Amino acid sequence: MSLNAIPLLSIIMFLPLLGALVVLILPGEENQKWWSLLVTTLTFLLSLALFFYWKNGEAGFQFVERYAWIPQLGIDYHLGVDGISLFLVLLTTFLGPLTILFSWDIKDRLKTYLFLMLLQEAGVIGVFISLDMVLFYLFWELTLIPMYFLIGLWGGPRRVYAAVKFFIYTMLGSTLMIIAILALRYFYGSFDFVDLLHGKGLPATAQLAFFGAFALAFAIKVPLFPFHTWLPDAHVQAPTAGSVVLAGVLLKMGTYGLVRFCLPLFPAATKQMVPVMMTLAIIGILYAALVALRQKDLKGLVAYSSIAHLGFVVLGIFALNPSGISGAVLQMVNHGVSTGGLFFLVGMLYHRAHRRMVADFGGLWKQLPVFGAFFLVIMLSSIGLPGLNGFVGEFNILIGAFKASKIAAFIATIGIIFAAWYLLYAFRQVMEGPLDKPENKLLPDLNAREIIILASLVAVILLIGLFPNIFFAKINPSVLELVHFVKIHAAPVLITPLPTQ
Amino acid sequence: MITLDKLYLLSPEFILLIAAFLVLGIDIFGKRRWQKALPYWTIAGLLLSMVASFWLMGHKETVTDTMAADSFAYYFQLIGEMVVVLVTLALVDYLPGRTHQQGEFYALLLFAAIAIMVAVSATDLIMVYLGMEFLSITSYVLVGFLRNDKRANEAAIKYFLYGAVASAVMLYGMSLLYGLTGTTNLAAIAQKLTAGNLVSGYQWLLFPALLFLTVGFGYKSSLVPFHQWAPDVYDGAPTPVSAFLATASKGVGFALLIRVFVTALPAVKIDWVALLYALSVLTMTVGNFVALRQTSVKRMLAYSSVAQAGYIVIGLVAFNGKVPFTAFNGVSGVLFYLLAYAFTNAGAFIVVGAIEEHTGSTQMDDYNGLVKRSPFLAGVFLILLLSLAGVPATGGFMGKFMVFGAALAEQFYILALIAIINSVVAVGYYFKVIKAMFFVPGEGPAIAVAKPTRYALVITLAMTLLLGIFPSWFLHIATTSGLAMVGL
Repeated sequence: MSLNAIPLLSIIMFLPLLGALVVLILPGEENQKWWSLLVTTLTFLLSLALFFYWKNGEAGFQFVERYAWIPQLGIDYHLGVDGISLFLVLLTTFLGPLTILFSWDIKDRLKTYLFLMLLQEAGVIGVFISLDMVLFYLFWELTLIPMYFLIGLWGGPRRVYAAVKFFIYTMLGSTLMIIAILALRYFYGSFDFVDLLHGKGLPATAQLAFFGAFALAFAIKVPLFPFHTWLPDAHVQAPTAGSVVLAGVLLKMGTYGLVRFCLPLFPAATKQMVPVMMTLAIIGILYAALVALRQKDLKGLVAYSSIAHLGFVVLGIFALNPSGISGAVLQMVNHGVSTGGLFFLVGMLYHRAHRRMVADFGGLWKQLPVFGAFFLVIMLSSIGLPGLNGFVGEFNILIGAFKASKIAAFIATIGIIFAAWYLLYAFRQVMEGPLDKPENKLLPDLNAREIIILASLVAVILLIGLFPNIFFAKINPSVLELVHFVKIHAAPVLITPLPTQ
Repeated sequence: MITLDKLYLLSPEFILLIAAFLVLGIDIFGKRRWQKALPYWTIAGLLLSMVASFWLMGHKETVTDTMAADSFAYYFQLIGEMVVVLVTLALVDYLPGRTHQQGEFYALLLFAAIAIMVAVSATDLIMVYLGMEFLSITSYVLVGFLRNDKRANEAAIKYFLYGAVASAVMLYGMSLLYGLTGTTNLAAIAQKLTAGNLVSGYQWLLFPALLFLTVGFGYKSSLVPFHQWAPDVYDGAPTPVSAFLATASKGVGFALLIRVFVTALPAVKIDWVALLYALSVLTMTVGNFVALRQTSVKRMLAYSSVAQAGYIVIGLVAFNGKVPFTAFNGVSGVLFYLLAYAFTNAGAFIVVGAIEEHTGSTQMDDYNGLVKRSPFLAGVFLILLLSLAGVPATGGFMGKFMVFGAALAEQFYILALIAIINSVVAVGYYFKVIKAMFFVPGEGPAIAVAKPTRYALVITLAMTLLLGIFPSWFLHIATTSGLAMVGL
């Protein structure tokens, strides 16, 4: 049977959705947990088929599916992945079973929780594979609701405030985006991303307006300085698995959106906005790093480190050259694994100690050696130690940034030093020194379930770190084409006759 | 000229008329067992009438020159009949214990449905007026039906006073229009106006006439500043009746606004577009900002329905008059929006009614922790509120999408922007309720929902999702219905 006949992407997306609906009617908490684990694992295994059956060297969309959905309005059910989205899909499906495993101990409203986690996964996959703007928007909004409830129902003490703030911020961005999508339809006569790409181009002022509307929605999601204020609240209050999903995949929707839509659809505006976006990215890197240094709460520290790391991704994207964008795409995956890993670690610590202030700990290495070992590797990966995944991404981003602007690359490098500083500081405070707090002497080390989670993450960290070319081989063709496309279309279209009324 | 052979085109009305008298008859003469089944007789009549309305869609004729038998009329008839079915289901558990005259209530409801059907078919100003009055009078009685309920009485009086003034003003507008053109037939008026064949020296009266007509229709669809009755009446009326007023009855205002303006007054389109533009901005802004400050969920829904009317008007502002319709067309947008809105808003009022039934309160604080007390009600209300807020995969989103898309296609950028800002403001109050239901802990006994109410809610929920996820077929119906009216 030919592979093209199988709607692989639809299956990958609908499986968690179906799983979510089944959870609602499945009796017994054990059954629900195992079922969710089964569904997410199966989704992951199926998504690996994308990787293994990938046509290397092809820049365009693969595994494309297209059916008419609302024909009157020209809205299609159009799916496809290219080198830019492939690993984001894999990242999402990879984190799926891990977050379910982590949530094994949840007692409170377990059924609803699993339902929301699965729904969330389906939504995020949908965002990464949609090639129709309306379909994209549908999934984009659909990811909001489960996260709103995950934070609001299972979060920390200020969860309701954090959930509402999260929702209002992202809603604000997305409403602007839907108006922009409708207006694009008016200019191009299509909602289809591929049609829009090959459309006639827009006048420079219109491009700037569209870029503004889309980039604002994406910048809030990333979040880019100064739109980041919702994130620390959401992260600190969210339950651990929620934080992992938030940092691991939800924020990638923002950076993915920038690469996928802003760059090729509005190339002239992109070119014009490079200084602004780079400046914001660099301010974000430095500012978040400095704030991270002052965090007393481990979760807050990881949250700010997340903002800093995503600043790098944005920097790489707006370098507008192959190494910058390829690095950024890979770094999105790295960030999902490493920052996701750090959130898991903080969650595991909190689960044991019910505290997570840096000052509450010290000398844990003696008490929790296995935990310590994983903490060390994941922390070093987040810092960007050569041989681990973070290095590959950051290095490529910096090369790209250097080619685009030497000053930007220089300042960003300072950010890396800061990152090493706050993460090593946190590690030292928590793991090293004397084990002087009596309550910490009773903490048990990791159990098998937690080791599986962390070992899977470390495996990926090493895989990307040691064999980055496996990944670049699939990312690069699409990125090269994108860079080329932006370059030749960057000259603004001066005269575009508006459709006659 | 009365041509009897075309009377079958009015069969939806006749079926309901028979059903209404049957209900009255059973109530007076029927056996006890039959009386218990009154709501189901009502529903059977409505369903039969729906079948007829649906069957007759596609016709394009007039009956006795005063009633149109076109898809546009049948479309609104279907919305009206469907809403009354939902309202009747909600009444099954609501009426007993409140009144003994149940038969009269159901009969009145059927008469109100007939009034809707007559009004949306009218192609003559006299018929428009008769239809509106018929609907208003039955509505006044329905609002104040529970004689011992002081708030319902107050609501009925308010509704009556406002309604009397509004319909008088509208009638005056009609008389001006008749004076100018010498006819009450909508198509004939259009001809006279386009030909410029008016009584000389009095052309300036055209704008006042337009304005006065707008007062009448705007009153029914609760456009600001003709909305003041709405929050008090929705709040005071029996909740199922509020559901009826906020959806089916409001739809009549829009149907007439479209029919009269598009078929009779295309010559002064510039005037009515400007007028409706202003009303739209006022309506959504006032509705939303006042809704934000409500502490009663029922009142909040009342103001939210005012705001929704503001979005709907955008579609008419953006109507470009092209035939066949462009993809994003204002009139198809309005028709689709009203369909989605009818289910969503009727459902929302029914939820509020079901909760009020058990807690005796509509205060936001009493919604705290609702998910624990009734996961069903909380879940349904969640989806309905998301639809009202315009979140994708719901009918509410598709409606907004169509209407805003039409506005952008006609280059009403500022209007679209104002509407979008308004929808973000609206998220603020819809999510206040969601927050209370799911996040704020609250105590109270479990809420049992009566079976018929449950069915009504399941229907609204299913339709809200269906209209959001597979809107294609419904869009097709809305578009052909809109086209039928323009072509007439």
